[in-house]
Amino acid sequence: MKKQYTYFGYERKDGKVGSRNYVAVLPAVVCVNEVVEAIVAETVGTQGILHHQGCCQTPPDLTRTTECLIKVGENPNVGAILIVSLGCEGVDTDRLEQTLRETGKPVERVNVQELGGTSIAIKEGIDKAQKLVRAISGMQRTEVDISRMVMGIKCGSSDTTSGIASNPVIGYVADKIVDAGGTVMFGETTEFIGAEHILKRRARNEFVASEIDRIVQQMENRAKAIGVDMRKGQPTPGNIKGGLSTIEEKSLGAIVKSGTKPIEGVIEYTDVPKGKGLWIKDSPGREIELLSGMAVGGAQVILFSTGRGAPQGFPVVPVIKICGNPITYGRMNHDMDINAGLITLGERSIEQIGEDTFDLLLRVASGETSKGEAIKYTKSMDFYMLGPVI
Amino acid sequence: MVKAIKINEKDNVATVFSDVHAPEDVEVFDKKGDSSIVHVLDDIPYGHKIALVDITVGQQITKYGEEIGIASKPIAKGRHVHIQNIESIRGRGDWNKDKQAQIIKEMNKH
Repeated sequence: MKKQYTYFGYERKDGKVGSRNYVAVLPAVVCVNEVVEAIVAETVGTQGILHHQGCCQTPPDLTRTTECLIKVGENPNVGAILIVSLGCEGVDTDRLEQTLRETGKPVERVNVQELGGTSIAIKEGIDKAQKLVRAISGMQRTEVDISRMVMGIKCGSSDTTSGIASNPVIGYVADKIVDAGGTVMFGETTEFIGAEHILKRRARNEFVASEIDRIVQQMENRAKAIGVDMRKGQPTPGNIKGGLSTIEEKSLGAIVKSGTKPIEGVIEYTDVPKGKGLWIKDSPGREIELLSGMAVGGAQVILFSTGRGAPQGFPVVPVIKICGNPITYGRMNHDMDINAGLITLGERSIEQIGEDTFDLLLRVASGETSKGEAIKYTKSMDFYMLGPVI
Repeated sequence: MVKAIKINEKDNVATVFSDVHAPEDVEVFDKKGDSSIVHVLDDIPYGHKIALVDITVGQQITKYGEEIGIASKPIAKGRHVHIQNIESIRGRGDWNKDKQAQIIKEMNKH
């Protein structure tokens, strides 16, 4: 019989399970980030979703921003939401508020222009945020099966150890979660270029294979359209210093983190997985947009592989760092949760470090603080847009 | 002796797991644990690649048993394989259609 794994999470009214219980303070537009920061600084248990969108964008991107904000509010790690509006933003703030109320979570809103300025909005926001914190602070964790977990995957600041040690470790954990009936999401479409033939072999059906081709071509065409060699953008200067020569080499190492299970489908940046199993989210390689995309997709926890030492976290989703380079781990062990560098040294196997990572994943999903959370790396985030600022 | 890993048996490059200073030898391990010695002709930084055989211009560079680019210069066994002597063939907006077709034709010869 298959072993049953459980963790302790917050069961939400909409049936999802959270690993955290935050009040998310959502700016409807970049212009109110300062107001959000001031509210968050004065209120325990809140996290600001600071971003740079919400106005002077094309209509598809404004819709996209609204969708992203809705989905972050719907993320199961969020227990309540305070929306901060300037009053003249392009985002549909009424729809944002209405949709979030339908989750059954407490929702409040402040409007800077109506209230009469930032200082009044900050004061009002702090009062409302404190009320929301008190409203959800009594919630208890319950034991749930791992099949209810939604995990996100990322690799960043990669070097050659990423493809050899830390990404295979994440692949091992991803396989284990899929086998146990859970949901896993990975993305970074730019880093499929040159490795799409391998992913296509794992596609659930022909349609999914054609979708993989479509998103990869779309991403490659963006480089071609502006007449450049992608290098220095992808691979990044850090990747190149770390020994990765071409996007193909980076991609082949990057896709290992998705494990070996069938790929159920491709979802858009604003979507959540349409079922259990392994899903691709069409997204770029940069940390801030990718981690936000995982939160938008409902990730409760994110596994993050690095070689050179990416410190990124996310405001409402714990990020667990798996470092494949033993030198980096030694130097940055306050940022790195797991030393997969032991694999390159021949001291531990992928399976052994994979099991350690899986155990830590269950503990972090149950409330243990990841190192990224402990250093409070929560402000660098943004949503992935398709068009220009206008 | 410095160790290097050849990830797949098809690979014509290996990855070194220490800074290497020419002239010295590295011990290249494969997945089965078999090893061979390669004499290094360049300084090679940690995590970078070394050529395991002589590679001609236009020939594919293979790592993970898959293609990661092509040689833009002749690369002798023991040389540092990196952006100075290998080219990506994907996402090349700086290449025109003729250049792309020529490269692909070259590749198909091998």
